[in-house]
Amino acid sequence: MPKDVMRSLQLNDQGQLRHFLSLDNLPGALLTEILDTADSFLEVGARAVKKVPLLRGKTVCNVFFENSTRTRTTFELAAQRLSADVISLNVSTSSTSKGETLFDTLRNLEAMAADMFVVRHSDSGAAHFIAEHVCPNVAIINGGDGRHAHPTQGMLDMLTIRRHKGQFENLSVAIVGDILHSRVARSNMLALKALGCPDIRVIGPKTLLPVGVEQYGVRVYNDLSEGLKDVDVVIMLRLQRERMQGGLLPSEGEFYRLYGLTEQRLRHAKPDAIVMHPGPINRGVEIESAVADGPQSVILNQVTYGIAIRMAVLSMAMSGQTAQRQMNQDAEEHA
Amino acid sequence: MTLPLPGELLPKMAAELQTYLADRRIDTPHFIGIRTGGVWVAQALLEQMGRDDKMGVLDVSFYRDDFTQNGLHPQVQPSELPFAIEGEHLVLIDDVLMSGRTIRAALNELFDYGRPASVTLVCLLDLNARELPIRPDIVGATLALGDDQRIKLSGPAPLALELQTLSAS
Repeated sequence: MPKDVMRSLQLNDQGQLRHFLSLDNLPGALLTEILDTADSFLEVGARAVKKVPLLRGKTVCNVFFENSTRTRTTFELAAQRLSADVISLNVSTSSTSKGETLFDTLRNLEAMAADMFVVRHSDSGAAHFIAEHVCPNVAIINGGDGRHAHPTQGMLDMLTIRRHKGQFENLSVAIVGDILHSRVARSNMLALKALGCPDIRVIGPKTLLPVGVEQYGVRVYNDLSEGLKDVDVVIMLRLQRERMQGGLLPSEGEFYRLYGLTEQRLRHAKPDAIVMHPGPINRGVEIESAVADGPQSVILNQVTYGIAIRMAVLSMAMSGQTAQRQMNQDAEEHA
Repeated sequence: MTLPLPGELLPKMAAELQTYLADRRIDTPHFIGIRTGGVWVAQALLEQMGRDDKMGVLDVSFYRDDFTQNGLHPQVQPSELPFAIEGEHLVLIDDVLMSGRTIRAALNELFDYGRPASVTLVCLLDLNARELPIRPDIVGATLALGDDQRIKLSGPAPLALELQTLSAS
């Protein structure tokens, strides 16, 4: 049926989240629901007992084909605070090095009755592939895939903005640095657009801006001071040295001279502008220490919000996936 | 069926609660309403008792036992307890007591904040359909509904009860 084909892989038949793979085509209302739910989980994180019984008896597997400390740890904490059982596999150092394929690794984990996989992979589209072809009955959460998407980072950035600025409708937001290699930038542009932010700017050297970035409805600047003028939010990106293949930058020193966020440059933004960064930060490469540790920086708040966002996404996807299984079962019984 | 008027139930409930607390020498109780209807009832009750205490609000969505069947409530909001509950006497207030499962969830949530000295349960209505050994200490009225009937409270001001009939589908 065409309707079934059209239905996004990420949503179940009732339009609830089932997999969380990318922010493409997700309605603004669903993103708002994720933010609202995360707001409630933030309160849980402030309690003496930071745990709720929502996912008791469920098993969450963090499957990381690419290194990460912050994302993996916050996903682990999120799952534990929901009372799920959690295991984390660093696949780059385990069976795949013995020749096991992605397919076989995941089928084995599925046989261990895992209910949810959080997947990070250096190939764009890996999480999507798994959700579509490998384990459709396990909820798949994308923890970052290649240059494509990092949707939970995108949503935690949105939660950070909403908690500090209250809304999106009157904001100017600048995303600065290595846009080309950044899955965070892509997810942020999509989320800001869906949530109604009217002025999204990307700032970077031409060699680090993807061709056709304007299709995201953003304004492009090559000059940092000009791009920062009167913005409410500055999102700095990490210079992704490990993804860079020669020739894109003369040197890190040159990059810092032109695009490093210094106290002096930050003065072009509004006086109450907030400074964000997905981490890990390269001090003196994309951001000055005085800014990273300064009063306008909300970089560490982002980490706290990240746990709440991941709790929201884990519980919503688990709920949507369970509902879908139930619907399939009912349909079979009626057939 | 004629439904009772909340405005007429509240003075009686307030008086009974005063006596109940006085009998147990509870001088400084903390009031907690369960979102959403319980919060309205709690506010009306406090007003009736002439108190302006800071009230706690519980959202039990994260503690419900029907998560695997019904999923997460889409309009979940944070719980707010503006006081420590360790060693304190609590008055827990809800609008309609039916299966008792909401109260079970609320008690579990409360115990994640600390160990209260006591919990007194106040409900506007008891539908006599309990599935758990949970009974109100103070109740406005007890009703028996048909299988296809539900009661809905609207508020916060004025509070009104409405009988709904579930469709046959």
